Amino acid sequence: MADRTGAADPLCRTYAVSDSTYGLSRAELQDVYRALCVTRAAEERLELLQKQGHVSGGVYRCLGQEAGAVGAAFALRRRTDGTGDMLCHTIRGAGALFLFGGELIDYFRQYMAKGTSPTRGREANVHWFDFDKGFVGPVSPLGTMIEIMAGMTLSFRLRGEDRIGMVFYGDGASSTGAWHEGLNFAAVQRCPMILMVENNQWAFSTPTHKNTRVSSFTEKGPGYGIGAESVDGTDVLAVFDAVRRAATRVRAGEGTRMVELRYFRRKGHAQHDPHPQDYVDPDLIRAWEKKDPLDLYRARMLENGWASEEELVAIERETFDECREAAEAAITEPYPDGPDAVTDVYTDQTTPHPWTRADRPDPTLA
Amino acid sequence: MSREIPEHLLKTKRGEPVTMLEAISEALFEEMIRDESVFLMGEDIGIYGGAFKVTRDFLEHFGENRVIDTPIAEGGFTGAAAGAAHMGLRPVVEIQFMDFISPAYDVITNYIATSNYRGAGPQPLVIRGPVGGGNRGGPFHSQNVEMAFFHTPGLKIVYPSTARDAKGLLKASIRDDNPVIFEEHKGLYRAPALREVLPDDDYIVPLGEARTVQEGSDLTIVTYGAMVHKSVEAAQILESEDGVSVEIIDLRTLLPLDENSIIESVKKTNKLLVVHEDTRTGGIAGEIAIRVSEKAFEWLDGPILRVTAIDSPVPYSGSLEDYFLPQTDDVVKAARYLAAY
Repeated sequence: MADRTGAADPLCRTYAVSDSTYGLSRAELQDVYRALCVTRAAEERLELLQKQGHVSGGVYRCLGQEAGAVGAAFALRRRTDGTGDMLCHTIRGAGALFLFGGELIDYFRQYMAKGTSPTRGREANVHWFDFDKGFVGPVSPLGTMIEIMAGMTLSFRLRGEDRIGMVFYGDGASSTGAWHEGLNFAAVQRCPMILMVENNQWAFSTPTHKNTRVSSFTEKGPGYGIGAESVDGTDVLAVFDAVRRAATRVRAGEGTRMVELRYFRRKGHAQHDPHPQDYVDPDLIRAWEKKDPLDLYRARMLENGWASEEELVAIERETFDECREAAEAAITEPYPDGPDAVTDVYTDQTTPHPWTRADRPDPTLA
Repeated sequence: MSREIPEHLLKTKRGEPVTMLEAISEALFEEMIRDESVFLMGEDIGIYGGAFKVTRDFLEHFGENRVIDTPIAEGGFTGAAAGAAHMGLRPVVEIQFMDFISPAYDVITNYIATSNYRGAGPQPLVIRGPVGGGNRGGPFHSQNVEMAFFHTPGLKIVYPSTARDAKGLLKASIRDDNPVIFEEHKGLYRAPALREVLPDDDYIVPLGEARTVQEGSDLTIVTYGAMVHKSVEAAQILESEDGVSVEIIDLRTLLPLDENSIIESVKKTNKLLVVHEDTRTGGIAGEIAIRVSEKAFEWLDGPILRVTAIDSPVPYSGSLEDYFLPQTDDVVKAARYLAAY
């Protein structure tokens, strides 16, 4: 009998929604919607590409979580000259990656393992880097990224730079030793960074209550002497507001803070986990469908007159087309040459090729 | 902060001999003066000056932003060093005893070593600290850690045996754009016999180059670290008692391995003995043996042999530890066997 979280999960609630624009202009409010739409359209395109055999690795959806990455990234300083804030996103945070300037075509190249991808086929999916634009892809043990961002933001403090960092991770990564060591170091050193814990209630198939005894991850903050806040992760403007508030305090010298995003992963861990109903109550998934962040924000924009139906449809069409065009362009691009595997292990030497691959195999070439 | 250079860091300037520990301190200090992006992190390295006093008086000179006392969290501060390296700094982290590097194994192997290959850019950082037995430190203050990392592409591993090499290799490591694990044998730190006058200039010893400690014609000993000195003792005995001429190669850098120096020496003496203080199974002798087999098989006039520590944790009691560690007499016996082969 599979262990399933009950349908009475307290987090699937409806919260009062503000009609405040939080100081955002009409154009910015529409940009937020565009970022949500790009995230979903890109992932839906990926599913298609994977079915067509173009994606060799996994596809990990963030269905139901789009507002977390988008709202948070929208609250940071995004620049292209290496002077802005730094982001470490996750596989479920493509929206933040795009807002920081990650190109759609690079996103598809990465998933398709193309030689033209930013990592030249060495790494997958969102695991790529642009220090000028200010994003650092994760490694798969996500807790490690707390340590890395602690060091990056330590450098901001040591040099007196007016920059902050933001690192995303899931409820599962919160259980690792690296998470603890990185957070403790950051707190002690007053590193200007925000921890974004994506509490989507599942670490692969493991429910949050098997990862922690706390009922909210904000309860972990006081153990490290840092401030923490929890926010409805399906409300993109509430996320934006909470992160902007945290960023203001971090930037003012307070040091490290934490923001918990509460939402629900409505898909399996990845496309290769297509039956989440085996470990999640299907009623719960259906309940959370009513809190879809795109639907909620779309309705709110119409209700408040932040956009017309025509404007929203135009955004939806454009983002769909952008994703299709980027994906189609990437499909035709070449894969890396196998022998390129020997370069860049070190900055100053090349790894030997296998001697058995030489024209005249010779072990002294090993 | 004081801009005065502490007296004890001016011995080379004054033409006085220094220990290996003092040579390491001088290297760190001079690199921090030369390059403002170099900074230190580690446990008790500030006001206390480090468990072995390698960074004594550094805090007073450079201040808290460049000499950072950390929580007891080798993974945390090594990971933070990686983040700082991304942003253009050149961190040098001290692991108080290298036995404690294991919590950082994840970030070193999964993150730091793969960074350049993944397109995340170089990781110019040094992870240094004391290793080695003979000090009755027991299982957790005596280990050699090189082979835990030797198998990880992307890392460099350095293990000096003299004061001169320690200073030059540490400077080269700090200037290298790749991550370097730098092992310092604590039995050599203050060994009186290793005190020497160093060149009073900004010399470096390039990584990846072995040193021929002495030339010989009958057999080659490839070794590193504290075993260099036991091998030299053994060679003197062999020379005087047996008339056997031994060539000794000090690897100095384990990764990248200076294969050419080994192969050239084997082609000259036709016999090879590898001596390492690390334990036997999975020790570097195995890798050296296969490389010689690949590239100099036909030059060999005998089996490739090894003298190593035994496959056990490092024991505490002196009688046990002395039995555990390779001794000069072991090297003599193995070399005699090989010379007579």
